[in-house]
Amino acid sequence: MPADTSPTPATGATSMSASTPSSPATGSTGTTRSVADQGRADLQGLATEPGVKKKDPIVVATDVRRTFGGLTAVDVEHVEIQRGVITALIGPNGAGKTTFFNLLTGFDQPDSGSWTFNGTSLKGKSAYKVARLGMVRTFQLTKVLSKLTVLENMRMGATGQRGERFWAGALPFLWKSQEQEITARARELLGRFKLDAKESDFAGSLSGGQRKLLEMARALMVGPELVMLDEPMAGVNPALKQSLLGHVKSLREEGMSVLFVEHDMDMVRDISDWVIVMAQGKVIAEGPPRSIMTDQRVIDAYLGAHHDTDISELEHVVTAEHQQPKEETA
Amino acid sequence: MIDAFTGALHDGFGYVAISYCLAAIGLNIQFGYSGLLNFGQAAFLAIGGYIMGAAIATSGIPTIPAMLIAILFAVALALILGVPTLRLRADYLAIVTIAAAEILRLVFGTSFREYFRGKDGVTGFADGFRGLNPLPEYDGFFLTYSRNELWTIIVGWIVVILICVLVWALMRSPWGRVLRGIREDEDAVRSLGKNVYGYKMQALVLGGVIGCIGGFIGAFGAASVQADTFNLDFTFIALTMLILGGAARVLGPVVGAILFWAVLSFLGSILSDLSANPTVAQFMNADQASNVRLMLVGLVLMLLMIYRPQGIFGDRKEIALDAR
Repeated sequence: MPADTSPTPATGATSMSASTPSSPATGSTGTTRSVADQGRADLQGLATEPGVKKKDPIVVATDVRRTFGGLTAVDVEHVEIQRGVITALIGPNGAGKTTFFNLLTGFDQPDSGSWTFNGTSLKGKSAYKVARLGMVRTFQLTKVLSKLTVLENMRMGATGQRGERFWAGALPFLWKSQEQEITARARELLGRFKLDAKESDFAGSLSGGQRKLLEMARALMVGPELVMLDEPMAGVNPALKQSLLGHVKSLREEGMSVLFVEHDMDMVRDISDWVIVMAQGKVIAEGPPRSIMTDQRVIDAYLGAHHDTDISELEHVVTAEHQQPKEETA
Repeated sequence: MIDAFTGALHDGFGYVAISYCLAAIGLNIQFGYSGLLNFGQAAFLAIGGYIMGAAIATSGIPTIPAMLIAILFAVALALILGVPTLRLRADYLAIVTIAAAEILRLVFGTSFREYFRGKDGVTGFADGFRGLNPLPEYDGFFLTYSRNELWTIIVGWIVVILICVLVWALMRSPWGRVLRGIREDEDAVRSLGKNVYGYKMQALVLGGVIGCIGGFIGAFGAASVQADTFNLDFTFIALTMLILGGAARVLGPVVGAILFWAVLSFLGSILSDLSANPTVAQFMNADQASNVRLMLVGLVLMLLMIYRPQGIFGDRKEIALDAR
């Protein structure tokens, strides 16, 4: 597990040990449950209403508002994100999902509101500090460092590097050994993401899907506790989609929490434990994926009445949000 | 023709070339590696020459402390320029540096006359440096450098080599990797927990201090400092040298500076010889010859940008100046 070797205190491993004893009521099996099982158990029987309190939230946001001129992009009254599970954030285009992502991760500052990560207030914290705390994001439009090699992209992710300080940089003996550890960790992750053959290519030469993989792998180098993926499936071919899905699930099994924005309803149904629906800047519904898909508010605001109908039976693609055709696996 | 070659070598390795070379190395750290557009590098060289010169000539401070004072001023200038602009888009730094360079040039040329001597410029500070000259008296046969010029040049190239080693060591370190990452996409680097603002500031300060050292060499070589030396052309010529040699390459700015001065000098000699010919003089007199020289240099640079946008040493895949 990559988070183990990270020098930052905030890792998946510490969250595992910290969160398990904090909610002993559900630990009825006697043996220590994994964070993922614990998280899923915590979600059982929760009311499916917007802003519902979670048993063990990793992120809590209250009254977060962001306006651009006259337009209110985000106006979230209260939302909590459960630790150890995969939470999907869905909603129509312009619902404020990405803006909310930017606000949570410090890439944008809201007009008002408060939000915490692991109990630490993130108000006014710059993006790099948020990342160091263990909340790491990817971007809707992939941001690989094109003119650095794939391996350099990965190494860049490691935090607490001694050689990243100016004076130490010129003295290789101070950072060489750490660099080797980082490289070993990077190679292991690249192997998992099937990018090891590309390690010395410039990242700019990768395909769109490979860039998504690299961005996710690079985010893991930071040793995150919460991984925030902004449309991880956009522009990814079906074969790669399957492997991306597997990678996202494995994050959960390793004790990390995941929050992702996605328009691909199959993915949302397939991997998420909880779904938060946004429309016009507000959280309009929350709940487990099965029940959220039948929620009338969600169908009205986002999915449309024919969202479950096979595409060939429709004259118009009601739910089309993507350029690429939607494949029905069900 | 022999004179033209000697002149080309004389200028290509002369103290003016060294001073431009250090300016270009500083710009390489800022622009080549970090993507920062500093259009006011001349200001850092002006600070090097003027603050050091005035500290020695007017205040009687010894040479080495005077240099340290000048470096402190250069650091302060970099901070003043960087604090308000480095959080903003890249163009803001460009605008602010270009304006600051012009302001400083005017201040040095017209204000604080008891220190900076107005139009005359600062003189009488080079004796300490020249007093250290261990070279024997000689007749200036080597590329027609005078004894003091040769001393400045030897010291200057040693400084260039040391700074190149420093840049090479820094740019292969994780620190340099972060800078190159910032050049590509600073939001991505920020999302990985790096203090982008701090790194940009370090790059701006380091590049400025190297420029300031270039100012020392230029001042010692000429034994005087003139404000008009540090006009806007100065920075743009240094940037030209950087792109000519290849940005984001340790030796790019060095080769660029040598070549630029050598070619400029060579073309100058050839064209001025030509203009002495009465037939040619009908089309091009001696004054026009020096302008034709610049036209030809411009033409060569255009061809370079078309056929080799990465410069002489640059890696096309890494740093080609593409219009995205």
